[in-house]
Amino acid sequence: MKYIDDFRDRDLIDKLIQSIHRDVQTDKQYRLMEFCGGHTHSLYRYGLLELLPDNIKMIHGPGCPVCVLPRGRLDNAIVLAEHPDVILCSYGDMLRVPASGKKTLLKARAEGGDVRMVYSTTDALQVARDNPDKQVVFFAVGFETTTPPTASVLKIVEQQEIKNFSVFCNHVLTPPAMRGILAQDDVTIDGFVGPGHVSTVIGRDAYGFAARDYGKPVVVSGFEPLDLLRGIQLLVRQLNEGRSEVENEYSRAVTDTGNTVAQQLMDEVFSLREQFEWRGLGMIPGSALQISDAYADYDAEKRFNTPPVSSSDHNACECAAILCGRKRPEDCKVFGTACTPENPLGSCMVSSEGACAAYYTYGRHQKRIAS
Amino acid sequence: MSKVTYLRKLDVKCGTIEMSHGGGGRAMSQLVEELFMKYFDNELLRQQNDQASFAVPAGRMVMATDAHVISPLFFPGGDIGSLSIHGTINDVAMAGAKPLYLAAAFVIEEGFPLSDLERVVASMAKVSKTAGVPVVTGDTKVVERGNADGLYITTTGVGVVPEGIQLSGDLAKAGDHVILSGAIGNHGMAILSQRQNLSFSTSIESDSAALHTLVEEMLKASSNIRCLRDATRGGLAAVLNEWAQQSEVGFTIDEQQIPVHEQVAGACELLGLDPLYVANEGKLVAVVPADESAAVLNAMHNHPLGQEAAIIGEVVNDARRFVSMQTRYGGTRMVDWLTAEQLPRIC
Repeated sequence: MKYIDDFRDRDLIDKLIQSIHRDVQTDKQYRLMEFCGGHTHSLYRYGLLELLPDNIKMIHGPGCPVCVLPRGRLDNAIVLAEHPDVILCSYGDMLRVPASGKKTLLKARAEGGDVRMVYSTTDALQVARDNPDKQVVFFAVGFETTTPPTASVLKIVEQQEIKNFSVFCNHVLTPPAMRGILAQDDVTIDGFVGPGHVSTVIGRDAYGFAARDYGKPVVVSGFEPLDLLRGIQLLVRQLNEGRSEVENEYSRAVTDTGNTVAQQLMDEVFSLREQFEWRGLGMIPGSALQISDAYADYDAEKRFNTPPVSSSDHNACECAAILCGRKRPEDCKVFGTACTPENPLGSCMVSSEGACAAYYTYGRHQKRIAS
Repeated sequence: MSKVTYLRKLDVKCGTIEMSHGGGGRAMSQLVEELFMKYFDNELLRQQNDQASFAVPAGRMVMATDAHVISPLFFPGGDIGSLSIHGTINDVAMAGAKPLYLAAAFVIEEGFPLSDLERVVASMAKVSKTAGVPVVTGDTKVVERGNADGLYITTTGVGVVPEGIQLSGDLAKAGDHVILSGAIGNHGMAILSQRQNLSFSTSIESDSAALHTLVEEMLKASSNIRCLRDATRGGLAAVLNEWAQQSEVGFTIDEQQIPVHEQVAGACELLGLDPLYVANEGKLVAVVPADESAAVLNAMHNHPLGQEAAIIGEVVNDARRFVSMQTRYGGTRMVDWLTAEQLPRIC
């Protein structure tokens, strides 16, 4: 099977869209949150939103780890990069994110800091092997998708006692963030499109709480147009029938219990932070990971004594409301004017998967009036 | 004229560039004679002056220049040398001009292997001869080890525009058609496949090519072509957004009409890149009046570099100057003007 071509088959997509139009009940509103930033990106990039019936409203969730990283943590990373003996290795999408004082990792590099773009934790480990007289710090960011690779490299580093490598850990967790959204007073979300790749790690069953405790259906979906549309259709049908279950559309990659080896690795190498500040969402308890005591020697926060730095967002920034689905990007007064991808004021504009950035880059040619 | 004799021939096989090769003395003279002149060899160059003097046919002259800092220097489908010749020929040709002569300046890092330099120069000479556009003057500088990352090349070209041809990015009008000369993304992905931390096995080759003869055929088919540009850094998306600003119009294009080779599409998916923004070095975009696009397209199909050419969209009235695209699925998305290049050191 050619996954890209087959899940982008125009005929099938046309039929599925027509089927969704038949499924929706005209007097009903379907407010569905796609939690994952990758899903937001796909919806806009493939132009799927305008093909859906008008009474399906997609609400863009906070599943963009770059967007929700508090500015203070990026300030910490920049300070590490400026250390003369440190090589800071980072994923590409963090390099242009503005921290305090409009500083970025890219600017830090231009001013002499050693910042290297890597595609994986393994790349960062290679940098450490190639530069034995430097301290290599891996700037670990991401939800559960990228956490197991960080864990597996830390295990190697610990076994081989590679002394010039450490991790600045900013991994965050999906279920607590979903709980954080659902626990708010004025939740206007009827169901969730569950993240695709996070679910390959944590499994379909991890979302059971949303159905059980909050009565919200969840459908785990892949990223191709057919995946997303099918996931949306399954949610529509659940809502029509008054069901709240967790279904798995992405069965070619996601199992019920997920990747248990990865989960065990994560349990061994990381422990839960009591709470963690999420940009736009505030403090969420038990929502992030830190390096466990057994691996404390490789914790960059301990090795370099990084201080806690708190920071607040711009006054006009509506990210908090946008990330919970209470407002849309175009509702924000500074959207597209003072706040653009080149000059982002808030987290949603910062990464290509952020709701505001995705809408700005792909969707602003059709300015919709917020309902 | 008696030839200068040197104590020893240049050791091209095992030798390296030394500071003296840029010093203006005998060492530099030997390098120029035994390497550059050997390969570029033409009457103007043989005069061995610091400049080349030539008569120009009547008409408007066109001049273009490019600096080349591509990394790696050698890649599937070309090298920094062939790229530099193609690139400048294309810039001149995009004005509708016949490219006449080229100049080439080399900034070489101390320690650079002469065998690599020979490889680059031989490549330049080969494509220059094939294209019929000679390198008639040049310059050589050597910088200390640690600078210039091996080799930088700057090429400048001149040409003459025939009477009646007026091409410019501010001439696009609503209703005009947009023609793309072939499949996009090959050059950028060929380069990426060679980058150390990203290597993936593929048979993608750079599409680096001289487009001047294709342009000639297009201009024969229509003397009313409005705009021509080659889609280098920033890809097809950059060209359309630049024209949208210059001409104060919008563009709508159809994703299904844009050719992308399967391997390129796959590589882009793997790395999260959008082919619309990936660099090309042998593709052009044209804006043509609607009633003449079929004739131009036909002429392109009959040229080896235009066989996959397609009409991909049209110019529309849009005060916002947006470029939008009908997706494969019937929806629409913007093709926004990115702030920065997705990939550095691509040309």
